[in-house]
Amino acid sequence: MNQPARVRDIPRSVLSVRDLLNEATIALTARPARTIMTALGTVLGVAALVATLGLAKTAGSQIVSRFDELEATQVTVKPPRDRGNSRNRTVNVIPWDSGDRLERLNGVVAAGTKSDVDVNGALARSVPVVDPLGQTEFQIPVIAVSPGLFDAVRAQMATGRTFDEGHDKRGDAVAILGPGAARRLNVTRVDNSPAIFIGEEPLAVIGILHDVARQSDLLNAIIVPNGYAAERMGLIAPSEVHIEVDVGAAELIGTQAAIALAPNQPDQLRVSLPPSPAGVRSSVENDVNALFLILGGVSLLVGAIGIANVTLVSVMERTGEIGLRRALGASRRHIATQFLFESAALGALAGLLGTSLGILTVVAVSVTRDWSPVLDSWLPLAAPILGAVIGLLAGTYPAWKASATEPIAALRSGA
Amino acid sequence: MSLVPPAIDLPPPLSETTPAVVDLVNVTRSFPGTPPVEALKSANLRIDKGDYVAIVGPSGSGKSTLLHLLGLLDYPTSGTYYLDGIDTGSLSEPERAGVRSVGIGFVFQSFHLLNHRSTLENVMLAEVYRPGDSSKRKERATAALVQVGLGHRIEAFPTTLSGGEKQRVAVARALVGEPSLLLADEPTGNLDSVTSAQILDMFDDLHRLGITLAVITHDDDVSERAERRIYIRDGVLTEEGEEVGESQTDSIWAAEES
Repeated sequence: MNQPARVRDIPRSVLSVRDLLNEATIALTARPARTIMTALGTVLGVAALVATLGLAKTAGSQIVSRFDELEATQVTVKPPRDRGNSRNRTVNVIPWDSGDRLERLNGVVAAGTKSDVDVNGALARSVPVVDPLGQTEFQIPVIAVSPGLFDAVRAQMATGRTFDEGHDKRGDAVAILGPGAARRLNVTRVDNSPAIFIGEEPLAVIGILHDVARQSDLLNAIIVPNGYAAERMGLIAPSEVHIEVDVGAAELIGTQAAIALAPNQPDQLRVSLPPSPAGVRSSVENDVNALFLILGGVSLLVGAIGIANVTLVSVMERTGEIGLRRALGASRRHIATQFLFESAALGALAGLLGTSLGILTVVAVSVTRDWSPVLDSWLPLAAPILGAVIGLLAGTYPAWKASATEPIAALRSGA
Repeated sequence: MSLVPPAIDLPPPLSETTPAVVDLVNVTRSFPGTPPVEALKSANLRIDKGDYVAIVGPSGSGKSTLLHLLGLLDYPTSGTYYLDGIDTGSLSEPERAGVRSVGIGFVFQSFHLLNHRSTLENVMLAEVYRPGDSSKRKERATAALVQVGLGHRIEAFPTTLSGGEKQRVAVARALVGEPSLLLADEPTGNLDSVTSAQILDMFDDLHRLGITLAVITHDDDVSERAERRIYIRDGVLTEEGEEVGESQTDSIWAAEES
């Protein structure tokens, strides 16, 4: 029967992966409350990291998408600031036909000039109404524009129409009112061709703005065609050009606009570009990340110490079990493997739980802020692995301690 | 493999070619100190297959040292220990672990059951580190529990068992997989006399089944049941009586004459 375990036919003890998993499962589920408390630090650490990275990404994406909508498509051209040196005074070289010139460029959606007109304090009024108590004359800013500007600022009309090339060329005495100006002048409709006066000059109101996406000073202004302002109000040259470009075309148009407007002296023009989206995103992410990543790192460290601590205590408590296992044939390596695997599994579980908590946090914050949550796809995978690595590192010393336990002493200590 | 070999009536002549289960040759174990303590002095002991040996001595006599040496939990300082004919001194630590897992079943005074596992799982633990087929592990563990009379308590947890039942579980764990040697260290030390008697009856049964038993004890009630009594005092082994009698074994003992 038991006869010949013949010489050199030496059995080697083993520990199959299945048994390893089984042993770890039993060990971790035997005292669930303690397991959870052990893992808590790592759970919080991983949750903090995931939430930090997720929120930074989410917030960064929100800012970028807002810029995409408006600012990233806006390019402005102005003459350089007057340095007050009269001898070397810069000449405004913005041409009247800026809009036409720019709209020929690929990537420009709309372009137009906009100039504040100096009316020398002339007051604006509508057709005289006998109202002894009400004020009838107002100081209202007058702005001269080329027809393309309305598209370039995404103007929406409340009623009536915008200028066309004809109004501009002929210098027609027509005006479009911003909603603020219309209210003050008491103009509510244009189908009866109401007239307003700036000083003694009459103008026919052909439209009233509802809103603009940019250049909100238009909303409180009387807007006249360039041609009229040049002819009757002494406007010498347009003071700025607003360009609406395709998404992503801002950089390109930035380099071309000045040349298109002033081929002889492009350096006389100042082109404002939107901030680069990539730059915005990374700067926001960096701000948020640095602080919270440190915070997450600290909680992870605390978590690792927690796992190491409790595992060490559990090694001491389980001395009897270690001795028994050695007696049953476990080698030192089996014992070490087992404790390492337990703490790594604990770390991985903590990582998984922490990742879920972190993602939940990102989603919850996004919901309250009305953001769409954005998460790097590698994050939910990497975080549990990070947890496992932390568990592994934390378990190294306790596992070594366990494997160094002498079975004789261990068995003496009782079960 | 059957748990019931016809071992009792085996004739002895095989002993020339069949290695003894345990063969200690001039084994000494000393512990460093000033002066060094010789816990076991040039001990010679042969235990053959099917023997039932009691190792008796007061505390501090070197009993535990002998047990640890026999169980491959400790190394002799000098001398040779053959287990199943294998020179254990030549084994590496992983090989010793392998021999422990296959060849030796331990029963401890304090049972050493894991409280968070059922009796069945406790018995199955014996085969976790054992090489070979693990598919029938549950069946073998169940059979071992049935053999010790606990077939009805396989789902129970140790905390709900009496001391005698716990020790039966421990015996079942030691028996599963049929080790060459069953080593019991004060198996009744934590039990009352009635329960002790039950455990000893069980050992008698195991002996009748041909299992090789070495029981370490200081209790005469325990040693009386054994076929052979080895006394140990101050690290020196002496076997009781010259006559080996009707024992089927061919024991060799050569302790220092005193």
